[in-house]
Amino acid sequence: MKKYKFQLLSLFGALMLLTSCGNNNGQNTSSGALNSSAAEKVYVAPGEHDEFYAFMSGGYSGNLTVYGLPSGRMFKEIPVFSQFPTSGYGYSEETKPMLETSHGFVPWDDSHHPDISQTNGELDGRWIFINGNNTPRIARISLSTFETEEIIEVPNSAGNHSSSFVTENTEYVVAGTRFSVPIPQRDMPINEYKGNFKGSLSFISVDPEHGHMDIKFQIIMPGFNYDLSHPGRGKSHGWFFFTTYNTEEANSLQEVNSSQNDKDFIAAINWKKIEAYVNNGGGIKVPANYAHNVYDESTHSATSMMKKEVLTVNPLDVPGAVFFLPTPKSPHGCDVDPSGEYIIGNGKLSADLTVHSFDRMLAAIEAKKFDGEAYGIPILKFEDVLAGTVKSGGLGPLHTEFDGKGNAYTTFFISSEVVKWKLGTWEVIDRKPTYYSVGHIMVPGGNSRKPFGKYAVALNKITKDRYLPVGPEMEHSAQIYDISGEKMELLYDFPTHGEPHYAAGIPASILAPKSKKLYRLDENKHPYAVTSPDQARVERKGNEVHIYMSTIRSHFTPDNIEGVKVGDKVYFHITNHEQDFDVPHGFAMIGQNTSELLIMPGQTKSSLWEPKQVGVWPFYCTDFCSALHQEMQGYVRVSPANSDIELSWSLDGD
Amino acid sequence: MYSFLVRFRESVPSTTLILMKKASILMILGALLLTGLFQFPLWNIMLGAPQYPEPLGMNIYINGIQGMNEFDIQNIDGLNHYIGMKIIPKPNEMWEFTVFPIVIGSMAALGFLIGLLGFFGKVSYHWFLGWLVLMTILGIMGMYDFNAWMIDYGTNLDPNAIMKLQNPDGTPMSYKPPLFGHQKLLNFDAYSYPRLGGYLMGLGMVFTLIAYWIGKRSKTTN
Repeated sequence: MKKYKFQLLSLFGALMLLTSCGNNNGQNTSSGALNSSAAEKVYVAPGEHDEFYAFMSGGYSGNLTVYGLPSGRMFKEIPVFSQFPTSGYGYSEETKPMLETSHGFVPWDDSHHPDISQTNGELDGRWIFINGNNTPRIARISLSTFETEEIIEVPNSAGNHSSSFVTENTEYVVAGTRFSVPIPQRDMPINEYKGNFKGSLSFISVDPEHGHMDIKFQIIMPGFNYDLSHPGRGKSHGWFFFTTYNTEEANSLQEVNSSQNDKDFIAAINWKKIEAYVNNGGGIKVPANYAHNVYDESTHSATSMMKKEVLTVNPLDVPGAVFFLPTPKSPHGCDVDPSGEYIIGNGKLSADLTVHSFDRMLAAIEAKKFDGEAYGIPILKFEDVLAGTVKSGGLGPLHTEFDGKGNAYTTFFISSEVVKWKLGTWEVIDRKPTYYSVGHIMVPGGNSRKPFGKYAVALNKITKDRYLPVGPEMEHSAQIYDISGEKMELLYDFPTHGEPHYAAGIPASILAPKSKKLYRLDENKHPYAVTSPDQARVERKGNEVHIYMSTIRSHFTPDNIEGVKVGDKVYFHITNHEQDFDVPHGFAMIGQNTSELLIMPGQTKSSLWEPKQVGVWPFYCTDFCSALHQEMQGYVRVSPANSDIELSWSLDGD
Repeated sequence: MYSFLVRFRESVPSTTLILMKKASILMILGALLLTGLFQFPLWNIMLGAPQYPEPLGMNIYINGIQGMNEFDIQNIDGLNHYIGMKIIPKPNEMWEFTVFPIVIGSMAALGFLIGLLGFFGKVSYHWFLGWLVLMTILGIMGMYDFNAWMIDYGTNLDPNAIMKLQNPDGTPMSYKPPLFGHQKLLNFDAYSYPRLGGYLMGLGMVFTLIAYWIGKRSKTTN
């Protein structure tokens, strides 16, 4: 009996052990060793810095946001194509010209594809370019000030989507049209699209010293949709590749009518050949009207100029420069591997990825093995240029990036996943879900000769339940994966602002050391700058009143102004006299029909105020600049229009 | 030092002349080290605070005060205006910045001359000590003057200062930086130490002391 009792006890004990074992196992999978290491991998301790910068396009915000990787912390929103009341961009007198176009002032755009300047096919961190999709424009942003320095409008384009990708030495930033249009624009029936509409591919030269952009030539292509593009690199440097869809040239219900052809094309452009043709006087100059807006760092001001002519090239005039590579199923992303050999067409209505070989393409061109032509442009045979097909089992491939170790990472929108596969063998190595419906993926330097293959960031279109709900509209979601091992590991989710399409990443070690801390006051060439407080003054020119004002912690000079009248146009020109890192001053005037200004140390910004009511109206500093920020204020006395009060100004009664 | 001198005595023919020549060379070197003050700062004051992870600093040269970074002086003045301190003087606003270079230049020249005369046996090693005593007196006077300036700078405040802080006993708070070492001033940690020019001067004075010592030894070995 005793023995039996003992056996029963031990059986009970064994059961306890088993159940507890089971519980422990369960915990291990949900919050055990694996997950804690994921947390460590994205944890950047307080005061420490991230390893990479990530520049996320803002999509319909029109801007560009700067994040750190792996932490996913947002550092800055850089205003590009949209007015930005936070800093006064697009509101201040100096920056209004940045948003001028041939359609007048356009306060918004849809920014898509940031690309960092390159030297010898590697990221050099001088500038980042981004396209405005809606009113076709390309912007250049300085990577020492992280401010937009230049915007050029692209004529003869619509839906500026296969943009803004740079060639290997930033010779060109390239912009292609998604929507073909009549070139030149004219009044014609829409249903005469086929054969009449054209697509333009613009090669915008970049001055190697200042980065200034100029449209060198536009190739006027058949009326397809030019969706995405990437440059050749290494051995394929000198070529550019564009995916196309709607080779059906449908003009309505494209959803169905552009999806009928089994294969569309990748257009391969030998731009070096066209460049030589143009340099020898080739091409046709046609009238155009497009804005070129340049911001000067020393005057802190932008100017806008309308350009009236553009050089166009008919591809048929340059034999051997343009070819079509048949590519299945309305390809979206067009990506070139770090070696320059493989051109990947991400057939978005397909399960498979088509990979073309640059060498095979050249051989087929050499042998003149053409399979007909489209509007006179030779079509190569699919089998002759194909390097391989990735049978992924996913659905809806969109974009591919590379890790520099022979692997590629492709996003699948429809099946919500990232698939890792091997270049050359086309075998699938790993697949991981994304949350949800991923668009682009970004590996820092992942579309250059030298990727930094440590992290991949998936930029998702649909967020749903990933974060606490905030009503019907959710920010988009990004996911960061560790791709340093054989298998990808999902590390972290973080929300992103606007709708990031593409993104560009770069090691912090390249950018951080040259990030500017302030603007030098002694280099300020703004015409309304005051470089010492004793130059502060108020001047009247008719009904314009110009207030030359300076700021330093914590007062405005002058801070009492009288003699302003109803109906005046009052310009506050404010110079921040601080010469210390991260000490901006703000400026806001009660009732002003514009945004505030945020003025960086050494900078001058101007704001227009048109007082409509008699009274004494205060202004103040909007940036908590010091312990006496609350005291940083002043008054303007506004008298009736017929008043004879003289202009006067003072600080502390002087 | 003693063993060094013993070895020195054993390895070299112990004549007065050779030891005195060595001592004179050391005297010349010591005097010339003073000229480092024309190139390098004498003293340095650093001011660090939580919001200044990269501290503000000023280098005090014999002919003026310069910021560690280009805009440090402007930013120190900007901070000091809250507590009513005067702005940091420009070279032409303090007689010291005119007189100090003359004094240092003269002392270096004098030391060099004494060393040279010692080398040729025209003066005795007592002159070395004489120079050192004079230099020490001038140095103490300089430090006294420097400290007096800092007391004035740290306590002679604008009566309309934005922030008027008091010690627990009700006396007005002084913002005088320490003459030497560390001191907490409100949210700032102030550090005050000699800089390269000052260290070179100190080394030069040690050289002249050794020169005196060796010169003295040369007499006793005879």
